[in-house]
Amino acid sequence: MTTLAVPRTVRAAWRRPDVSFLSVRVWQRNRDVFMNIWKSEAIWPLVEPLLMVVVLGFGLGDFIELDSAESYIEFFGPGIIAGYAMWIASAEACWGAFFRMDQKTFDAIISTPASVDDVATGEVMWASTRSMLSVLGNFVVLLAFGAFTSVTALLILPLAILPGLMFGAIGMCYTAVARSVSSLNYFFAVYITPQFWLAGVFVPTDAMPGWVQVIAWFMPLYHVVNIYRSLAGGDLTWTNGVDILWILVVTLGAYALALSLMRRRLVK
Amino acid sequence: MDPQDIIIARSLTKRYGALTAVDGISFSVRRGECFGFLGPNGAGKTTTIRMITCVSPVTDGSLAVDGMHVQLDPRAIKTILGVVPQDDNLDPELTVRQNLRAYARYFDLPRQAVEARIDEVLDLFQLAEKQKDRIESLSGGLKRRLTVARGLMNSPKILVLDEPTTGLDPQARHLVWQTLRKLRARGVTMLLPTHYMEEAANLCDRLVVLDGGRIIAEGTPHELIGRYAGQDVVEVQPTLEEKAAVLAYLEGQKGLTVEGGGDIIYIYSTGENGFNAAGLRNVAQRVSYRSANLEDVFLKLTGRGLAAE
Repeated sequence: MTTLAVPRTVRAAWRRPDVSFLSVRVWQRNRDVFMNIWKSEAIWPLVEPLLMVVVLGFGLGDFIELDSAESYIEFFGPGIIAGYAMWIASAEACWGAFFRMDQKTFDAIISTPASVDDVATGEVMWASTRSMLSVLGNFVVLLAFGAFTSVTALLILPLAILPGLMFGAIGMCYTAVARSVSSLNYFFAVYITPQFWLAGVFVPTDAMPGWVQVIAWFMPLYHVVNIYRSLAGGDLTWTNGVDILWILVVTLGAYALALSLMRRRLVK
Repeated sequence: MDPQDIIIARSLTKRYGALTAVDGISFSVRRGECFGFLGPNGAGKTTTIRMITCVSPVTDGSLAVDGMHVQLDPRAIKTILGVVPQDDNLDPELTVRQNLRAYARYFDLPRQAVEARIDEVLDLFQLAEKQKDRIESLSGGLKRRLTVARGLMNSPKILVLDEPTTGLDPQARHLVWQTLRKLRARGVTMLLPTHYMEEAANLCDRLVVLDGGRIIAEGTPHELIGRYAGQDVVEVQPTLEEKAAVLAYLEGQKGLTVEGGGDIIYIYSTGENGFNAAGLRNVAQRVSYRSANLEDVFLKLTGRGLAAE
């Protein structure tokens, strides 16, 4: 009989990232489910910005005078696109993915040739897709109300992949360690909601106390808002390069962490 | 390596911290046979299966599936496996047909072949009428059949069935068993971890009995029953008053093994001529004769029933 012993070093193979095209199959599975129920989901990205435009743009906007002489809708418009991109990607990577994990969909997938890393990667790609659809819906509404003053605003659409992947990856990290559905609430209360209010969506961060500005800089959403606002107004600067770099570094770090945490969660 | 053997485990070990779930077991599964893993919950059946299906890393020892190492080629191994888990993990939001299609995609099969294969497995399990139904609307029995059908989508060389007929009504159960025997006749190797005796006896060519992470017996169902339980079993269910008299009576008999600490006493004959229970009827009302089965083997080997956890 030939020996069956596997050298020790090979066992470390369990730790190396193991991503293949099967991650696209995971994405396709989520797309199939979405196509069965999309009508009830598609309404949100249209209704929410519409309400905001009415209340903040026409209502509150009349009382607000910005230093830059832009209208308030031009200010908060790109901000809420970024804010909702965060919400949607995070919700999909947390609630959505947690339910799929809970109903053992991930277990079913990893018993096929797909790996845990394929599952996590497909989920992050799907969260990003949902986020991009939200950006598209928001964009159409805000375009109709004149929130954009430059043609570079069109770049908001393809660049939606940035917040999508970043918040998808961050959300997957939390999903991988969340004990129950209800514990996902902590993530949204402590991490997501503060970003929506403090990262410069509604109020310029430089109008806030210095310590808030420091906190805001460390918030992923802050950098997305910066980029989107520059694109909407056509005033990109070198600091947007820093924003993009910031996003790329955090996205890669969160993605690597998500893979390793999901492996720990699913491989026992 | 014997080319006849499709799975070879040597000193296979799985530890979770201080707990040893599988304690250095060795076994071989031959190509085309149905191989059972028998044992109570916590015996190490599911852990062993999880290592074979490459979803749980091996702590120590070696495990080869169809000539490949689980540590080296998990994707290639999973390509030839069909896994039917114990828990239903179908996609509740997809239809029957969409479930099969989504699953087949992970095997990267040509699209037309997938559609043809879906029709084939739907027919095999009499599910064709239900193909447009959402999973949520299916009964437990239909879901179970679909889960087994899904495991066949990639025409696996090895089918892993974790308690495939748990919760099925007798009619559905026999349909599944019949289908599985058909597959075995076509040369599909099957692994059957179960604590359901009738199922093991019905399907398995050979089996191992696990307890506390170790193999405590191995053989065909027939061999095991003959070796450990003999031909017949006498079951006595004495009342509290009768118990002392029954035990005293058995004390005086030779060539018997008596098991069972609960309210039923099982008597196995180890002698040539079997055991005459006539005398027992004088001291207890409820005495019955039956053929020995795998449950008795387990009881005999461990001193307790499979249901005891």
